Amino acid sequence: MTTAQLIGADPGWLIAVKALIVFILCVLLTLMSVWGERRIVGRMQQRPGPNRVGPFGLIQALADGVKLALKEDIIPTAADKVVFVLAPIISATTCFMSFAVIPITGEVTMFGHKTAMQLTDIPVGVLYILAIASVGVYGIVLAGWSSGSTYPLLGGLRSSAQVISYEIAMGLSLVAVFIYAGSMSTSDIVAAQSSWWYAIVLFPSFAIYAISMVGETNRAPFDLAEAEGELVGGFHTEYSSLKFALFFLAEYVNIIAVSALATTLFLGGYHALPGLGFTEAWLGGWFTAIWFFLKVLTFFFVFVWLRGTLPRLRYDQFMQFGWKVLIPVSILWILVVATLRVLSLQNAPKAVVIAFASTIVFIIMAVNVGFENAKKKKALAVADGDNKTAPKFAVPSLPMEVSTINVSQKVGGDRG
Amino acid sequence: MAENLEPLKPKDLGINDVEFYEVEQTPSVGFMGHMKGFWVTFRTMFKKPLTVEYPEVKAPTEERFHGRHQLNRHPDGLEKCIGCELCAWACPADAIYVEGETNTEENRMSPGERYGKVYQINYLRCVFCGLCIEACPTRALTMTNEYELADDTRAKLIFEKQDLLAPLRQGMLMPPHPMYPDMNDTNYYNGDVKEAHPSQDVTK
Repeated sequence: MTTAQLIGADPGWLIAVKALIVFILCVLLTLMSVWGERRIVGRMQQRPGPNRVGPFGLIQALADGVKLALKEDIIPTAADKVVFVLAPIISATTCFMSFAVIPITGEVTMFGHKTAMQLTDIPVGVLYILAIASVGVYGIVLAGWSSGSTYPLLGGLRSSAQVISYEIAMGLSLVAVFIYAGSMSTSDIVAAQSSWWYAIVLFPSFAIYAISMVGETNRAPFDLAEAEGELVGGFHTEYSSLKFALFFLAEYVNIIAVSALATTLFLGGYHALPGLGFTEAWLGGWFTAIWFFLKVLTFFFVFVWLRGTLPRLRYDQFMQFGWKVLIPVSILWILVVATLRVLSLQNAPKAVVIAFASTIVFIIMAVNVGFENAKKKKALAVADGDNKTAPKFAVPSLPMEVSTINVSQKVGGDRG
Repeated sequence: MAENLEPLKPKDLGINDVEFYEVEQTPSVGFMGHMKGFWVTFRTMFKKPLTVEYPEVKAPTEERFHGRHQLNRHPDGLEKCIGCELCAWACPADAIYVEGETNTEENRMSPGERYGKVYQINYLRCVFCGLCIEACPTRALTMTNEYELADDTRAKLIFEKQDLLAPLRQGMLMPPHPMYPDMNDTNYYNGDVKEAHPSQDVTK
């Protein structure tokens, strides 16, 4: 029996219970991850991080949330009130919605019913997540636009451009997974990874997804949308109180959601680590949830690690990287994967497959060598004093000289 | 004058005539070079945090840290301050206010002629430079290592004489009381007085 059939037999009340569990999980994970992030980043900077509210500062995030909720809620005069209120709600709800199709456990028994801890299973589950993520961008864009202020508008535009660009790379990286799994349903993709994780089989896809999910969630080093040094707070500059809290919640639930999706698509979802398959039967199957969350938290740690290590990218570099590197590479990779898949499905002789693979490797190496040579040639040319290839930058004259010209020719005469 | 307010055109600035030279760019550090940063942050996680948990843990200051002032006493309890106002004159921030008064036989606060009747230090103004300590001719004014001087009103941060005076130690008597028998102020400054004499205790 597939997971879809298993879940399809759920009574209505069980679906409600599952929805509640997913919601509570998301909120709890957010609170814990805010705390965890601050602790980890703190340790990376040789300081303890929040440690005063509760044991180890565990309820710091909760205290912050309560404080935020009790603050004055300001709606700027210039704001478009309806949209201004709507934007955080869109942001917060959409990120919860993507969790509906994430399989958290394998087959388990819940209140006497055989089911799986997954709210629903639809044949186009991953496409649904991508669609929901795109709707989530509206929250950010509308927040920036409705604030009636400059920095939020800039932040919102940046953010939408960023999310849209990286969603392309993200979507393309998933195509290889669809080709190999033969399905877009999250539970089928997890089931297809029972022997080999796609993170290994489709490593380039995994790498591209891992990079683009950081861009997608507006996290460091791609946090240009809320670049504190440039845009104050970005799209949420004008937000306060609960509405700001909703954006905050949305950001972290989003991180958890993309991590969960990465776990599902590339790290075998709720499956145990290779060689530990016997643990999947423990606790009546509930032990698989522990594997799932371990993988998600590993991703979360990488998010924090990136934030602790890398400086923010410049906007043009960021866009160049997305459009000129990630997207072409993933398109080429899809071509290769599709060809290999067709070859193996049509039972092509091994020699053909090996020949194809080695041709690809050879082409990559040749391109790389050519690229390196061109670079060396350019460096040599510059060293020889051939400045034709080197860019020339003119520097404006110093203010001192300008004022001298000005004074002596124009003002100086008048003053005598 | 209006033409002077017009923005300068590029040819006025002479952008194309400016000489320039090329700066050698640092070469790329390569893939492993970029990974180094990740190792640094990862390794730092396992180091001991440098944070001092302040209200619970109070790290000792340096020995000669400039903290709150203190008005010292002679070993028999008489005050060292003679109300000369040199500290007030030395103060670059005008944070010290002193009023001197003449000692009488009935009301003797310090050996010699005069004592400081009013002594105020305004910690809203004090910059803890220590010039007052250098100026003091009797070592009456010194600085302690106490640094917790924050408070919630301005008035509380003007320290009066009783806030600054050193506490009475073993063998000291609370002034006013007469000087040690057969000793003059020079003896006091030379350190000949080691503790209070029973005859100095006027309360008995």
